Amino acid sequence: MKYEAVIGLEVHIQLKTRSKMFTRVATGFGQPENTLTDPVVLALPGVLPVMNKEALDKIVKAGLLLGCTIAPVCKWDRKNYFYPDSPKNYQISQYDQPICLGGTVEIELPGPSRNVMGEHKLIPLTRIHLEEDVGKLNHFARESLVDYNRAGTPLMEIVSDPAMHSAEEAFAYLTSLRQTMVYGGISDCDMEKGQLRCDANISIRPVGATYLGTKVELKNLNSISFVRDGIAHEIARQIAVVEAGGTLVQETRDYDGQTGASQSLRSKEMAHDYRYFPDPDLMPVKVDEEWKARLLAECPERPFDKQRRFFTQYQVPYTITSVLVPDRALSDFFEAAAQLAPGKAQAVGNWIVNDLLRELGNARLPLAESKVTPAHLAALVQLIEAGTVLTNAAKEIFVEMFASGEKPDVIADRKGLKAAPTDTGELEQWCRDSIAGNAKAVAEFKAGKDSAINALKGPVMKAAKGKANPKLVDETLRRVLAAL
Amino acid sequence: MPSPTDLNIDHVAHLARIALTPEEKTQFAAQLGDVLAYIEQLKTVDIAGIEPTAHAFPIYNVWADDVARPGLPVEAALRNAPAQRDNMIVVPKVVE
Amino acid sequence: MPELFHQPVAALADQLAAKKLSAVELMQAVIARTEAVESRVKAFNSFDAADALARARASDERRAAGQSRGPLDGIPVGLKDVISVAGQPLTASSKMLANFVSPYDATVTRKLKEAGAVCWGRLNLDEFAMGSSTENSAFKTTSNPWDLARVPGGSSGGSAAALAAGEACATLGSDTGGSIRQPAAFCNVVGMKPSYGLVSRYGLIAYASSLDQIGPFGRTVEDAAIVLGAIAGHDPLDSTSFKTEIPDYRAELSKRRGPWKLGVPKEYFGAGLDPEVGAAVQAAIDYYRKLGCEIKEVSLPHTQYAIATYYIIATAECSSNLARFDGIRYGHRSAKANDAIDIYFHSRAEGFGAEVKRRIILGTYVLSSGYYDAYYLRAQKVRTLIRQDFLNAYREVDAILTPTSPVPAFKIGEKSDPLAMYLLDIYTIGVNLAGLPGASIPCGFTRGGLPIGLQIIGRPFQEADLLAIAHAYEQGHAWHTQHPKL
Ligand SMILES: [Mg+2]
Ligand SMILES: [Zn+2]
Repeated sequence: MKYEAVIGLEVHIQLKTRSKMFTRVATGFGQPENTLTDPVVLALPGVLPVMNKEALDKIVKAGLLLGCTIAPVCKWDRKNYFYPDSPKNYQISQYDQPICLGGTVEIELPGPSRNVMGEHKLIPLTRIHLEEDVGKLNHFARESLVDYNRAGTPLMEIVSDPAMHSAEEAFAYLTSLRQTMVYGGISDCDMEKGQLRCDANISIRPVGATYLGTKVELKNLNSISFVRDGIAHEIARQIAVVEAGGTLVQETRDYDGQTGASQSLRSKEMAHDYRYFPDPDLMPVKVDEEWKARLLAECPERPFDKQRRFFTQYQVPYTITSVLVPDRALSDFFEAAAQLAPGKAQAVGNWIVNDLLRELGNARLPLAESKVTPAHLAALVQLIEAGTVLTNAAKEIFVEMFASGEKPDVIADRKGLKAAPTDTGELEQWCRDSIAGNAKAVAEFKAGKDSAINALKGPVMKAAKGKANPKLVDETLRRVLAAL
Repeated sequence: MPSPTDLNIDHVAHLARIALTPEEKTQFAAQLGDVLAYIEQLKTVDIAGIEPTAHAFPIYNVWADDVARPGLPVEAALRNAPAQRDNMIVVPKVVE
Repeated sequence: MPELFHQPVAALADQLAAKKLSAVELMQAVIARTEAVESRVKAFNSFDAADALARARASDERRAAGQSRGPLDGIPVGLKDVISVAGQPLTASSKMLANFVSPYDATVTRKLKEAGAVCWGRLNLDEFAMGSSTENSAFKTTSNPWDLARVPGGSSGGSAAALAAGEACATLGSDTGGSIRQPAAFCNVVGMKPSYGLVSRYGLIAYASSLDQIGPFGRTVEDAAIVLGAIAGHDPLDSTSFKTEIPDYRAELSKRRGPWKLGVPKEYFGAGLDPEVGAAVQAAIDYYRKLGCEIKEVSLPHTQYAIATYYIIATAECSSNLARFDGIRYGHRSAKANDAIDIYFHSRAEGFGAEVKRRIILGTYVLSSGYYDAYYLRAQKVRTLIRQDFLNAYREVDAILTPTSPVPAFKIGEKSDPLAMYLLDIYTIGVNLAGLPGASIPCGFTRGGLPIGLQIIGRPFQEADLLAIAHAYEQGHAWHTQHPKL
């Protein structure tokens, strides 16, 4: 029997806001324990929540970027459950009226090889809703210590349909989702900081079947590659259980990315009964067309849309776009430079992908700190195009430009890397004239005094009115002298 | 409407995280049974087409700008804590 | 002239302004009175005399410097022990919070302080404001100053009793289903529940969030108007707070003179109404007629469903609101607990009293899987109908007159059956469900000498009219000038 996996992902993403979801104390990561609290975060007696407008803006933007329907009216519900990381013992969330419905995440599957684009698919979303994060438990031998700094951070839950069928698809889904959210400035999605967290619901069924099998929820998938590995492991485990004649049970399993093994988590509740009801402390939200339009105008182009545009507008190949597009800043850099160097977009792309990224990598610098600007790069490409510098010289200029931030022609002048004059016949004639007029220097040179060649350069430079490429002059003189 | 006898006091007390004594269970089950029987009269109200009221005066879009203000100093945050160490609340180990 | 501690705020304010009285003298008189009668009345969970005197002194200094903040500057105002005052205990009369000290001020507390009032003492209540007699306090049962063997009403029993006994000059309570109006009626003081959203709930320990409102107790309607004016107004910290113009309620009392069209709902005068209470309320209605008001019979046909609706909505909300009292971050933590989950079960079992447990259990049940539609959602729909009843009536009348409570103050320990106690809220609960303003004012005494209250229910956010209507009655009567013999 052949099996296919059915996978749905629940992704929690922290929204990038200054203050918390329902109170105006700062959000943050890595601060001393319990220094980002206030009476509301701690759920002290008597406190009340007040919505964060920026969090609403951000989730609506996220929804617009993913093509969701933004609900004209949504409300807040309380999800009741007891846990020491949850200060109120209920989470303010959205139950039956989430703010975003539907939508899709466009994914790209691995191609047949690295430089060939893979298949694209649209993974449908069920919903996106807004809620608040909980605090953090630190476990010790006999005690757990609670830090509420994270509690109340705005959290967006993105629920996909059970529409993925392989670990690769799940990996591609998360990769694309993360890129899109970072593009939109919605979150930094740093998984090490817990800004993006993923749970996977996985079941298997015989190929061709349409029903849903017994699902297992995989938790604590705390890196994108752990998600891929964990899902692959779980699919294999389920197939093995079924093929051995066993029965799958609906359960929650914990995947350990280090050991590659998973184990069942014993259920803490008899059964989950969250007793959802509308939060009486909060008023519903109405999103009108004007609000949506304003946020839509702030939304950036989505990564795959940008890639398609780069193909047609700049005729750059996949090998370049696949490096540029995942990084919004890098693709913006490219586009700025490409605009300044019309018709030379591919050269611009190559310089970025090969040279700029190499230098940034060596220097361990982010793009934002690059001294090479799009204007510098465009200027360099144009110097090459005009024949003013040759490729090897250009490489040298680039390295210098990266180090000093000077303009490429300044560097070329200073280091004498300009390829001028362009007429090599003329240069050769000036060399011959100089040799003919300086018998003494020629004799000294022939006798082995290498520096004597310098005396021959002056008249050449004079004849070239200073525009001769010194390196070229040197080479030409030596060639002519050698032929004497 | 469900019958008042549906009330499973053990289950509900568990959901509410309250350890009830056997005497409390018996007493509450009887008292709440009376209350639930009284509440049964709501069954007779015709609510067809009636919208629920969550707030007496519905207003929309009540929010604040995203400005971070100073919170509680950690000493004040933990002043009422039953047990604390290293600026954190101590609880017996939570088994995850 | 009555003793200082029995005088209305308005009169005291005049003497303070005229420098015939200092805030310290007033505070000393109130402290002395409290020390004299508190062992019998038991209205306070705690008070801090030194702190109050220091604040009174600061008030005198402001006045001396010509910086008086108005009629409440230097007036001792007692606060129900569910309203947060920074640095003071906040217990909700529960073992759960026996040692809790709040680090922040409620919005009403901040506003009172800004008006110069001295926040005076922590007043007893039914635990977490759940009850109608103040017998559900974990610490003490407050006595009715008019008959120490009787309850002061509840849940704001301490607030009503302290004022009636002269232990404070005005007080604040909270009203979820009648918890200001009913004790006001039982103790012969004025008590007012504002429209839902008029007064910020920030810093009020939530019982039922969609019904709770803070409101004033005063010796006179004018005093209630003064205090309401100080605490009302939009608060950005309470998302349910309403943006509306706050008139000068005190000044409006004499400007708004009627005559008004007043409704009398026939459903409020049926079986269960004590005949003496009914007669007193009828006499009050007749008085309004004499004043030239048009009295109209109105119908509030869904009145009979109010209690059932209330006990679903209020308990559901409370089951969630009280989940935070878990012994983790603050409050009582059981010594019996062996693991983190145990802390919940035992701390809550030990920290909460019987009535609180009952309501949490009921509220948890009505929200639990499979029951939501049958209970909570249905109750919210009936709530819509109850609200519509009132709004329909207001097409014909300016205010509605009813008894506040079907009975006068009952004996401590007399009502042991929870349902029987709940049924006493019949006249006050609809007002909360509909979000309306309601006041109780003294309108007579039983032959046994127990106070009787008249409830006046106003239009949403028309507190100025409501107070003016109440004031018109009070001007022609002297019930409110009578004080209990202690
Ligand atoms: Mg979820
Ligand atoms: Zn979630």
